Amino acid sequence: MTNGWIDIKNTDMMLIMGGNPAENHPCGFKWAVEAKLKRNAKMIVVDPRFTRTAAVADLFCQIRAGADIAFLGGLINYAIENNRIAKDYLVNYTNAAFIIKDGFKLPEDGLFSGFDAATKTYNKSSWNYQEGGNETGKFVPGVAGEQPAHGDEAKAAVMPVSTAAKGAASTPPPPPPPSLPPNIAYDLSLQHPRCVYQLLKQQYSRYTPEMVERITGIPKDQFLKAADLFTSVRTNGDMKKVATIIYAVGWTQHSFGTQIIRTAAMLQLLMGNVGRAGGGVNALRGHSNIQGATDMAGIFDILPGYLKVPSPADKDLKAYLDRITPKPAKPNEWESFNYWSNTPKFMVSFLKAMYGNAATKDNDFAFHYLPKIDRNYSWVEIWNDMYQGTVKGLFAFGMNGVMIGPDSQKNIDALKKADFLVVCEIYPDETSAFWQAPGITPDDVKQINTTVYRLPGAGFAEKDGTFVNSARWLQWKNVALPPPGDCRLDQDILAQIFLKIRELYQKEGGKFPDPILKASWAYTLPEHPSLSEVAKEINGKALADISDEKLGVSLKAGQQLPGFAMLRDDGTTSSANWLYCGSWTEAGPMMQRRGTDDPSGLGIYQNWGWSWPANRRVMYNRASCDLAGKPWDPTRSQVWWNETAQKWVGNDVPDFKPDSKPEEHMGPFIMNPEGVGRLFVPLGAMADGPFPEFYEPIESPIENPLHPGQSNNPVVKKYKTAMDKYGTAKEGYNIICTTYRLTEHYHYWTKNNPMNVELVPEPFVEIPAELADQMGIRGGEKVKVTSARSDYIAKAMVTKRIKPMMVDGKKLYQIGMPIHWGFLGISEGEGRTAKTPANLLTPTVVDPNAYTPEFKGFLVKLEKV
Amino acid sequence: MDVSRRAFFKTGMAGAVGITVFGFDARPLLAQASSLKISRSTETRSTCPYCAVSCGVIIHTIGDKAKNVTPQVIHVEGDPDHPINRGTLCPKGSSLQQDIQNERRILKPQVRRPGSDHWDDISWNQAIDEIARWTKKTRDATFMETDAKGQTVNRCESIAFTGGCTDTNEFNYLAVKTMRSMGIVRLENQARV
Amino acid sequence: MSDRGTLRIQQISAHPGPVAGEGVQRQDKVCKLIDTTTCIGCKACEVACVEWNDMPFQTTYFDNTYQTMPDTDWNYWNLIKFNEDQHDNGSFAWLMRKHQCMHCEDPGCLRACPADGAIVQYSNGIVDFQQEHCIGCQFCVSGCPFNIPKFNPNTKKVYKCTLCSDRVGAGLEPACIKACPTGCLHFGTKDDMKFLAENRASQLREVSGFQNAGVYDPDTIGGTHVIYVLHDATKPERYGNLPAKPRIPLSFTVWKDIFKPIGLFGAMLGFVGVVMHYVFEGPRREQPAPPVVRIDPPPPPAGKEN
Repeated sequence: MTNGWIDIKNTDMMLIMGGNPAENHPCGFKWAVEAKLKRNAKMIVVDPRFTRTAAVADLFCQIRAGADIAFLGGLINYAIENNRIAKDYLVNYTNAAFIIKDGFKLPEDGLFSGFDAATKTYNKSSWNYQEGGNETGKFVPGVAGEQPAHGDEAKAAVMPVSTAAKGAASTPPPPPPPSLPPNIAYDLSLQHPRCVYQLLKQQYSRYTPEMVERITGIPKDQFLKAADLFTSVRTNGDMKKVATIIYAVGWTQHSFGTQIIRTAAMLQLLMGNVGRAGGGVNALRGHSNIQGATDMAGIFDILPGYLKVPSPADKDLKAYLDRITPKPAKPNEWESFNYWSNTPKFMVSFLKAMYGNAATKDNDFAFHYLPKIDRNYSWVEIWNDMYQGTVKGLFAFGMNGVMIGPDSQKNIDALKKADFLVVCEIYPDETSAFWQAPGITPDDVKQINTTVYRLPGAGFAEKDGTFVNSARWLQWKNVALPPPGDCRLDQDILAQIFLKIRELYQKEGGKFPDPILKASWAYTLPEHPSLSEVAKEINGKALADISDEKLGVSLKAGQQLPGFAMLRDDGTTSSANWLYCGSWTEAGPMMQRRGTDDPSGLGIYQNWGWSWPANRRVMYNRASCDLAGKPWDPTRSQVWWNETAQKWVGNDVPDFKPDSKPEEHMGPFIMNPEGVGRLFVPLGAMADGPFPEFYEPIESPIENPLHPGQSNNPVVKKYKTAMDKYGTAKEGYNIICTTYRLTEHYHYWTKNNPMNVELVPEPFVEIPAELADQMGIRGGEKVKVTSARSDYIAKAMVTKRIKPMMVDGKKLYQIGMPIHWGFLGISEGEGRTAKTPANLLTPTVVDPNAYTPEFKGFLVKLEKV
Repeated sequence: MDVSRRAFFKTGMAGAVGITVFGFDARPLLAQASSLKISRSTETRSTCPYCAVSCGVIIHTIGDKAKNVTPQVIHVEGDPDHPINRGTLCPKGSSLQQDIQNERRILKPQVRRPGSDHWDDISWNQAIDEIARWTKKTRDATFMETDAKGQTVNRCESIAFTGGCTDTNEFNYLAVKTMRSMGIVRLENQARV
Repeated sequence: MSDRGTLRIQQISAHPGPVAGEGVQRQDKVCKLIDTTTCIGCKACEVACVEWNDMPFQTTYFDNTYQTMPDTDWNYWNLIKFNEDQHDNGSFAWLMRKHQCMHCEDPGCLRACPADGAIVQYSNGIVDFQQEHCIGCQFCVSGCPFNIPKFNPNTKKVYKCTLCSDRVGAGLEPACIKACPTGCLHFGTKDDMKFLAENRASQLREVSGFQNAGVYDPDTIGGTHVIYVLHDATKPERYGNLPAKPRIPLSFTVWKDIFKPIGLFGAMLGFVGVVMHYVFEGPRREQPAPPVVRIDPPPPPAGKEN
């Protein structure tokens, strides 16, 4: 979330799409209800099903699963056509005015410029800004029907434009790997045909209400109602009101998931809703600490704090840091904080935390202790490679991979080929018991040679430590009781395994033992590392006496760091995660704070827990003010420029360089080298295009109405093992299926809890009443759902909450199924949940940017059993 | 206190005396709400382990932390001080007592041997020894120091580590530290899916 | 137990003579407000109730609905009723209503109960069953216009929502109220809840376009200590058979109105004996008799509950 749970109460308008917060985040959803009750805020819900969120919405649109980019692109088009955009914000806080290189092509045919069909990848060199200076006013539109110029005198007065083109003199030869130009050409009138705004306008002019109806199945009049309502907060460009967009895995779990989210972010930038109380783009994370797991790099492609994992070409630390540390790229007349320029400090401090005294200047701070990667090792690759025999061992600490899928059967078959599997769980799970899955005969079991260790871990109440919620709040939890029986704390189990491995390498040697032997492990009880000690290590400390005059901070060696501004790249500080630097300082554990004061009434709660980065609660909050540093809406003042003190102050921690005067025109999006929000993503950041384009899901009942010749996302790859089959409508897979969670259950966990099982005892399939009538299916009768992968049997829930839809002139039905049942649970043995891991049906195919599988919107057949 | 108690009795008894003779009992007059089950329990502040709202919860255990008591969870309810949930909980959070105090918990380490159709008990020491041995053997057999171009890669591709959604930051850091130090590149988490 | 600060009794079932505790201490009337327009049917209230009251679990079965079970039960006092409400004009709503004891100001169960002290009404309005005095006759079941009291065949007692009288007596809100994620449940004095409810209803009428929005607090039973905000207060039946004009069956009001004066006349002890006979013998013969005489039988639901 750019904002936070409580902040939703500050909104005037909610678009809830790709998420179902009433069901999946009920206690956070209270703040959406609060906005309705206290501000008369409106709620628009767009979902394939009429959900419990829809039940309290002001407007509901039933969308075809996976058609989200068409809907959001239609909203962008509507906002532009109806002048419901935030002009000053757009020109000054986004890259709308930046001019794109000649040679960039929009995807009228489904492909951007630079596509290589052989490798299914893009050469992205044309996805870049043009080098140059101020082009404002140089392009004179001669054609009738042009929009009036957006640049106005007021803005020009605030932002004096330098006449001297500082960068014009330099004529650097194009370097081999393309990079952003340091001096970007721009047109503040937004008239230049290759400025981002004009390209954006052109790109989404194709997403007409008629096209939206053809793709999404939402009737044009309903779409227009939703578009009018949502964009009404920016009627005539008035900036007082704010809209928020709320989503969850209904957006991420597609073969174009990241681009859906980008479309939402672009819409919010266009309407000036990012950085503001009650606004933002808000991902509702579905689990207690997957935000923390991402921050802490539980995933293959990053190191803690979103540092990139080194690649083999990084021959030393310097080469690596040169590659990943961005240089500012902006119009010469503007400023860019470019916060990632501090990358070397973050990285060296991380290496010091990892390897302590073994990380020295002389050995590049043990840079080569870290593995180097040059391919995708993500979730589905683990299973795919295990299925193909190259992954021989798997540790699963609280992760039920068989159930999580996709393609549960493939994962079961993959585990059969592994040598060893180590599962740490609190309940018996399907992954450790994969060899007992339904359909495996006694003879089959004898052929399965995997050794499986099932280790009893500790439940949440038995462990302390930090969770990070969706709003980026770090909160410490306390131990209520010891683990039962012979269970051990998870951190103890991991430590004991690691120390045993270290002992083996000490005694026997082996391949490259150095990092194993030298990883710092200075915990008081090495086999029982205290999480308080680990949390302090994550925050980091000074390793020598250091001081910073500007910050007025001086620290003795060994003292906890007060924040990431104190990090050094010379080895005098350590911090395992720069983003969390400030969470456990000399003042104590900030994430344990319980202050309940909220003087601004905006729900900021500065003294409750601790929020990354730097305890600020709404990200990019500089954008909540106009160019002069005054809040767009004084009734929701987050931060502002204090002329007397010559600094940014406020109710929240300013997400900005604190002393940057408004006249300096520093961009509010300080993590981008441009300093501004990206409507257009240059170069390599996205695999599949600088603008989002609508593509059909990999399994789709229709050809893409925009470009039938390029129906799917062109860079998405299909997997090729015998297990990987993809269905088509021609083969009879003509019903769209989607998967989801219920309020009453939590993934594959609460099927062990009698209370939750009482609420919803059995799996089911939600079927539109009209389809059920046609097929003679009555509620409660068993149905079989078959995809190209496998089948699934459960009872039918015949409902009026899913309607048939007309998509591109074809009548289509969608069905849905909750994911909560497997073959081990309270109902085990009763035959009620035997053939019901929903992910038996889902395909192995992933989003090319985030590598998240396409769990939503695949094709199935439906039959009565 | 006593005044009201006596007043209660007096008024009550006057009407009751007559009919007690005929089989009615005076006890109903003392009818009261039952006592509060959490009146002396120990309260521990924690965070709900389910979704990412991260509601504050109060775990009520029997016992006052005296040495001779193994705490038993009797009730879990929302923490009213928590700014986000303000004491509320969803149906999953409200059933946490049943998650903590659950007869289905795995209570001892077990192993399933190759070809076997059942679990065998195994001691912790034995399990950890075997797991360490498996890991070293597999790593040593497949570790790559350089790639085909001769560039340093120092990686092990044959072992994967997958972390769950309820692993704390601190645990996740220990996982990064141990796994990356072993050269493991296949480090993934619920966060991906 | 009966110290100051705990709950005072205002009415006792089948109890002749003045009621102990009446007028001894001031006690404001309490009330639970249920705003059906912000209910998301999450069932947190159901779980909080079962958890707090330590009720044994039961096996449930899939029944083509999100609703946990068809009706409340002796060990399930609190149930969200789910209704798919499809209209001919194409409009569609998914109505969810928390169904539980309404804690009537004039409780039909208490009027019908022949066992002295088995049902009490505290002066704050909570109607509470005292199972140790329950004789299992199930008159209360027939006396209730909302079909709330439920019989446990094993213990031969009847059970229902206590409005967490143990919590309220100790100064806490009821468990369901505390849990409710959206705040569609609210607890306070009856006056305050009426105020909140009317405000919300007018917001629904004026801002959200629900012209028939209103508050359900039926005066046919003297009002209730559980009140609803409905999008359409003219048709409470749409919300899972909530009766528009709930009434206590005539037989019980007559019986009670005769019984009570007689009880007060201590001299007519012989007649009490006759009544006792009626209490312990009569009811069993009458059990299969047609249920409650409803003044306003609710029309059949528009569609199958879902």
